Amino acid sequence: MTNLVKELRDVAKRAVELAKKSGADDAEVTVRDGTELTAKVRLGQPELVQEAGSRALGLRVFKDRRTAITYTSDMRDDALDAFVRETVRLAELSEPDDLNRLPEADQLATEFPELDLFDDKSLSIDAAEALSRAKRGEKAALDHDDRVTNSEGATFSRTAGTSVFANSAGFIGDYSGTYAALYVEPICDDEDDKKRNGYWWTAGRFLDMLDEPEAVGKEAARRTVARLGARKIETCEVPVVFDPEVGRSIVGTVFSVSNGSAMYRKSTYLLGREGTEVASGLITISDQPLIARAPGSRPFDGDGLATRKNVIINAGVLETVLCDTYSARKLGRKSTGSAGRSVGGSPGPITSNLIMQPGDISRDELIARTKEGFYVTTMMGFGFNAVTGDYSRGAAGFWIQDGEITYPVSEVTVSANFDTLLKNIDLVADDLDLRATTRCPTFRVSSMTVAGR
Amino acid sequence: MQQTEIAAPFAPGGEREIDAQIAQRLLSAALNAGGDYADLFFEYRVGADYVLEEERIKSVGRGVTMGLGVRVTKGDATGYAYSEDLTFERMAHAARTAGQIAAGGGSVEPAAIEPIQLPDFYPVGQVSINLPADEKLALLRTADHAARNVDPCIVKVEASFTEQLREILVVTSDGRMSRDRMPLIRFGVRAVAEKNHKRQAGSSGGGGRYGIDYFVPGSGQDSHDGDWHGREAARIAIAMLDAREAPAGELTVVLSPGDSGILLHEAVGHGLEADFNRKKTSNYSGQMGNMVASELCTVVDDGTVTNSRGSINADDEGSVGRANVLIENGKLVGYMHDRLSARHFGVAPSGNGRRQSFRCMPMPRMTNTSLLAGPHDSDEIIQSVDRGIYAKRFSGGQVNISNGDFVFSLTESYLIENGKLTAPLKGVNLIGNGPDVLRRVVMLGNDYQLSDGIWTCGKDGQSVPVGVGTPTVKISNITVGGTQT
Repeated sequence: MTNLVKELRDVAKRAVELAKKSGADDAEVTVRDGTELTAKVRLGQPELVQEAGSRALGLRVFKDRRTAITYTSDMRDDALDAFVRETVRLAELSEPDDLNRLPEADQLATEFPELDLFDDKSLSIDAAEALSRAKRGEKAALDHDDRVTNSEGATFSRTAGTSVFANSAGFIGDYSGTYAALYVEPICDDEDDKKRNGYWWTAGRFLDMLDEPEAVGKEAARRTVARLGARKIETCEVPVVFDPEVGRSIVGTVFSVSNGSAMYRKSTYLLGREGTEVASGLITISDQPLIARAPGSRPFDGDGLATRKNVIINAGVLETVLCDTYSARKLGRKSTGSAGRSVGGSPGPITSNLIMQPGDISRDELIARTKEGFYVTTMMGFGFNAVTGDYSRGAAGFWIQDGEITYPVSEVTVSANFDTLLKNIDLVADDLDLRATTRCPTFRVSSMTVAGR
Repeated sequence: MQQTEIAAPFAPGGEREIDAQIAQRLLSAALNAGGDYADLFFEYRVGADYVLEEERIKSVGRGVTMGLGVRVTKGDATGYAYSEDLTFERMAHAARTAGQIAAGGGSVEPAAIEPIQLPDFYPVGQVSINLPADEKLALLRTADHAARNVDPCIVKVEASFTEQLREILVVTSDGRMSRDRMPLIRFGVRAVAEKNHKRQAGSSGGGGRYGIDYFVPGSGQDSHDGDWHGREAARIAIAMLDAREAPAGELTVVLSPGDSGILLHEAVGHGLEADFNRKKTSNYSGQMGNMVASELCTVVDDGTVTNSRGSINADDEGSVGRANVLIENGKLVGYMHDRLSARHFGVAPSGNGRRQSFRCMPMPRMTNTSLLAGPHDSDEIIQSVDRGIYAKRFSGGQVNISNGDFVFSLTESYLIENGKLTAPLKGVNLIGNGPDVLRRVVMLGNDYQLSDGIWTCGKDGQSVPVGVGTPTVKISNITVGGTQT
């Protein structure tokens, strides 16, 4: 155990003890410590170097089934003492709820799998090296094509963080992780004073998982140049293909309407649909917190429970509703080990690595099988009503004609009811994207309304 | 965290008081490596929130953050570092770290520091967070009752109240020192209606840089109380139970006054933030003096609106808040600047350099952005439409700065048929291109309204509170993203 981890664990234990001493029946403490380095270059020149560390403590106390949640960045002994006492007093303002208590003791994690989330090499990147990687990425984009005429810049960032969680039932756990990313954003000048922007990125917990900056820059340039001459199309109903860059948000939306909190709040159109078909048989979506080196992995959840793989949708059937302890109790069932909490926030169900299972045809084959359709690479806006499932987003991408990607399209929307959308997924490619915490392959929805002219 | 007057530890008389002399020493450390400008941003933020769910106060929260952000610039390059620890050694370390951006070159000495007196655009009798919780909890209960009493089909009600007090101290190497104290409250209620196997949700809320009396009936404030917001949330949820599929394709759209300003915020606001124009990455780059909207349109960003959510006595670089005309009768006349972009364009900073917290560097941001009133009566505008959509409530918007495409999400809208509002429509997005849409503003109401204080703007991962405002607006045609073709 490093000195830092020991220090954070000591603070967490001390805060739990103070809470008990101040009259709390029980307490939970989260302590997070993080460092960041961000380096941005634009047109070859350094634009920003930001370097700092921060630390915060979050506390939840229970007293007579009442609760309060607070946070502070001041962990000096005296300050912490006053902070904890005030939190216990604050709890008296809330009203009793029988479900306001710690998880059952036998539910708490006792073993912590080693997930290999920390890369010393990533942490050792200094400002000069970060600037150099960003510069290489941006230069590759500018050099790749003459039509790349400008740049929003390239940013290399690395973060390292440690999270400790402790409660008054004796649970204490910690994990540390690193994450580095390079993001390149070229710009092209188009007609009518319009600019066309695009981006590409690479990221990973380990430095050696990142693509070379040159490869990122080239792909960013390719994607941006492809946007030149984008135009609006006539309103139509056609098959719509989702690139993983946007498909990911659809997979995230599935979670937003299938978790325990949305269920007990009646804030989802999937209420009462467990065990029934909610998507096409081609769809299997699972949450997998125990993948070594993956960006969303974690050995225990925000309530101190062991994490595990949960299959949310299995071949189209809604199988598991992800729950934290509170929402599980609300629904009269057991937590799925899916609690998350920010420092000073209420716990609630979250995902770790949310993964849509790939299919068995290539992306090119998927497009080749589409006679006419819209290939979406960008989505905008917040047009989703969770209660009814009405889904309408701004979109841009490419027109598919006779199985081939043709001209770029912009300023249109794609709409459908989300229930229908999931059931109408009729092709899933094998190109699972591994960089993000929510991962999916390219997939096709057999019909959606594309609104344009 | 006692229920007494809150004061930042770095304020005069505080245990970590920052005076001109300490600031001067930190600025010297920041400029030591050759930077040409530096500033210090001290921030102390106390926040609290109260949540009601299932007819009881579910949770109460409170939090404090404090820190110093140090910025050093050398040409267009910025070095930034921050510290949560306000001991001199840690602050000096942050100053030196930020200063490293300037490798070499002669070092500049910071100018003598003069305190600046700021105007007061948000006079508040009593800052809400200094008061006991009773009134805040009563507000939540009132809204809950009001929503439930509208109709038995209201099956869920959630209400929340958040309050914040942010104290900032900005000291710059050109010798300016300013302190500000910024209160902010926000209240919201959400209701779910259920009838004949259909469910719908509705929300309502408000706030600003006010005291809690803003939500108390009969307080003399021109505002809605908790009871009104509760009934309004229930009304929307029930109205939407009968919503039908929205049309798809280009249609005439009439925007209601107030919150519709989000369209303006997305369609032109972001594109006129000068950082994008300095880098020539906005579709408004190089358009100064050109007609970019219909002659009816005059657009103003105004940080001085009394008590509004987006108002600032000074921005987060210490420039005094002010009103800036961006578009005058259709012609582009001004951008919104922070220090960096103002220097680039050779103009004075416009009071738009804002940041989320001491952990972030400032950028040009909007304050309260408005489309000013026009000549038409709102009834006359609706009556002029044969077939179109009336947009009443919104959940937000987003823009692509480069090409100007923006979306705007409607949560409550109605079909207009033969000059009358008819059927409610399901949630739908509008998508348009900023300059195109502003040229299609064909009628403008005389009923200007500022939004109630609920909006937050995100840019590059930083969130800041903003206000928006419009009169009734008629757009001749814009793409409506429904499903009915």
